[in-house]
Amino acid sequence: MNEIVPVVEMTDIAIGFPGVKALDGVNFRLFQGEVHALMGENGAGKSTLIKALTGVYTIDSGTITVLGEHKQFPTPAASQAAGISTVYQEVNLCPNLTVEENVMLGREPRRRGSIDWKGVRSRTREVLAELHLNHVDPGSLLSSHSIAVQQLIAIARSVEINAKVLILDEPTSSLDADEVNQLFRVIRDLRDRGVAILFVSHFLEQVYEISDRMTVLRNGKLVGEYLTRDLSRMGLISKMIGKEMEALAELDQAPARTRARTDSEVTPFVEARGLGRKGSVSNVDLSIYPGEVVGLAGLLGAGRTEIARLLFGADKADEGSIRVKGVSQRIRSPRTAIDKRIGFCSEDRKEEGLIGDLSVRDNLMLAMQASKGWARRIPRRVQDELVAEYIATLDIRPANPDALIRNLSGGNQQKVLLARWLITSPELLILDEPTRGIDIGAKTQIQKLVNKLATEGMSILFISSELEEVLRLSDRVAVIKDREMVAEIKNDDVSVEDVMTVIAGGTQ
Amino acid sequence: MSSLSTLTPLTVKEPTPLRNRMRGGARYAPTLATLGLFIAMFAVGAGMYPSFLSGQVFLNLFIDNTFLIVLAVGMTFVILTGGIDLSVGAVVALSMMVSATLLQQGWNPATVIFLVLVIGGGLGLLMGLIIQYFDIQPFIVTLAGMFLARGLCYVISLDSIPVTEGFFTSVAQAQIPLSGDLFVSPGVLLALAIVAAAFFILHHTRFGRTVYAIGGNEHSAMLMGLPVTRTKVLVYALSGLCSAVAGVLFSFYSLSGYSLAAQGMELDAIAAVVIGGTLLTGGTGYVLGSVVGVLVLGIVQTFIAYDGTLSSWWTKIVIGGLLLVFILLQRLFARRTA
Repeated sequence: MNEIVPVVEMTDIAIGFPGVKALDGVNFRLFQGEVHALMGENGAGKSTLIKALTGVYTIDSGTITVLGEHKQFPTPAASQAAGISTVYQEVNLCPNLTVEENVMLGREPRRRGSIDWKGVRSRTREVLAELHLNHVDPGSLLSSHSIAVQQLIAIARSVEINAKVLILDEPTSSLDADEVNQLFRVIRDLRDRGVAILFVSHFLEQVYEISDRMTVLRNGKLVGEYLTRDLSRMGLISKMIGKEMEALAELDQAPARTRARTDSEVTPFVEARGLGRKGSVSNVDLSIYPGEVVGLAGLLGAGRTEIARLLFGADKADEGSIRVKGVSQRIRSPRTAIDKRIGFCSEDRKEEGLIGDLSVRDNLMLAMQASKGWARRIPRRVQDELVAEYIATLDIRPANPDALIRNLSGGNQQKVLLARWLITSPELLILDEPTRGIDIGAKTQIQKLVNKLATEGMSILFISSELEEVLRLSDRVAVIKDREMVAEIKNDDVSVEDVMTVIAGGTQ
Repeated sequence: MSSLSTLTPLTVKEPTPLRNRMRGGARYAPTLATLGLFIAMFAVGAGMYPSFLSGQVFLNLFIDNTFLIVLAVGMTFVILTGGIDLSVGAVVALSMMVSATLLQQGWNPATVIFLVLVIGGGLGLLMGLIIQYFDIQPFIVTLAGMFLARGLCYVISLDSIPVTEGFFTSVAQAQIPLSGDLFVSPGVLLALAIVAAAFFILHHTRFGRTVYAIGGNEHSAMLMGLPVTRTKVLVYALSGLCSAVAGVLFSFYSLSGYSLAAQGMELDAIAAVVIGGTLLTGGTGYVLGSVVGVLVLGIVQTFIAYDGTLSSWWTKIVIGGLLLVFILLQRLFARRTA
């Protein structure tokens, strides 16, 4: 293997942002015809390394060579010109254009200065056929396709360029099992044709299924490069988190938490009866008792988030009733909900939760100030203490109150968002996908925190796509199907299969 | 909808071809709605005033609005990228002032027109460069451009300057006969040629498709390796150039230069583009829609002229109402197809 020149070789790469050293002396090699997984916890520097290679970030020091030639990538266009093509997690195509345009944009065949639309269509058909996407109409709008198909269309674009290197950044995080299989078939196809593939994913099983080699990063530093078959899953995880497996072992333990009382003598904190909204969800009967974790399980688009939004007043219910602590209430807006001590950690932390251009301290203080009333100034010393306390409790990294939110990794952003709600001391906390796209270490911490909060008497509505996680944490599981609540299961030894049966069963 | 979660769905629902086709059709819906509105207004006008239903009334809509059509073309490019250009009205006035002054001093009309185009295009290019390289909101930069251009008008002269030069007056009076008694002005042909060129650029060149891509998702366009910077700068240069052409056409039409001319015309152009179905957020819209938008504005004016009792300010009120209705319609439509 030593005589072969790597397609891409990155040596001694360093990149820093204000307050954060994102990459420090990292080496990375990528060979033709291999699937190479880039592994690491959130904040380890995976995205940064990819962005250095794709010309989104400029490197502070180090060298990049492509097929032995020194390269600099000041722009994404320069990186693409060198044969490097990237498919990002949030599909970076144009939803307002057709499939064929998205595949060919910028490289449309031309005749006498005019785009040859027939040529565009036939070339698109060819490329789509290579990826077994014959059923996709090249003239249809990109936005009319599912995320999975959009992702494959993004790959089609790289195939069209004849990319030597294909980078897939978390390509599977929004795909279901069948779609993942289809994607993997395409990846293997491309690999066999000699494309070098860089694959980033949080799903260990997928990494082991598809990759030949892996590079592990931790805290912006290189841990090592390994052949996938030589590294056990446990070995990999301990390299990623850098400590032994206690954290992981804890994760698997059943929550040692006494069940909340849900008998008739206790008033539920919140009780929804026949709650619904036209065009959203209907018939939601849900009670959450103090100190209880209720999980919401259901398929993509089944209406989980919609229920959360109704309870929080982000959408107005037009049928049914909500009682808070036994008193009938109309929750008209998030403001009312917050007054009733309901908190909502939304799944879209970038869009709805945090202010990226402010520091960790400022984001936490916003919530603190809001809960104290705007007129009362919080002295700087008290601020510092409170912020330091939350950073320590939630293990927010970097533990620097002045780091900007947008420079934090996804898992740490999630923790700041949680901290913001905890400051308002809610009695009901709605967590919508709090662990999506974050690494195992942060995930364990958040799960432990949920347990702790419930033990202290907080009611929690826990929404997650990972059924295992829902079952591990919840006292009860409400199953949502086709925008209705179809069942409520008491979580005594319920298995994932049981819940899947409920979801799959019944009338279509 | 809002959830893109990872839990395994049991079936993958691909949209049916029929739904796809409907979505494809939906792209044209706002523009078609505007066209329908225009036809309806023409029909109502014909019902109320018998002389309304004549070819010449229709052609006059073009003759009286050549400059607005050209402005709307430039504005369509800018708005498609998700930007805005507030300077166009002031650049029209500046172009008129410069032509009128230089013609008065005996300059050759061809040189004058060339110089005006260079000034307009150059100003647009400058604004585009500032927007792009200093990453400043187009609203602010073009607002500054508007004040600059308008201010230069006052510097040149506070009074109206008549144009008596031979070429300009002959173009102003020229009529190109069509079949029967119908005629158009040379300016109409130029404006239509510009519309045709814009249509070709937007739909048949990489530059045009990049304009749409930027409006759809600028970040994606950048990541796809498209020349985002160059395209955005050129779009403002193009809008500046269109403003200069519109200024020349307005000079032909009014045969004068006046520093207070074309006040608020940038807003008419934006209104025409939006009524024509282009989304202010960028990425969706058609230049032909903008032309229909101008015609709708024109027919409102014609109505008020025919009525005779209404103050011409009613035009503004009706246009404001139409604008609101169209934005509401677009919003409702977007909700239904989302």
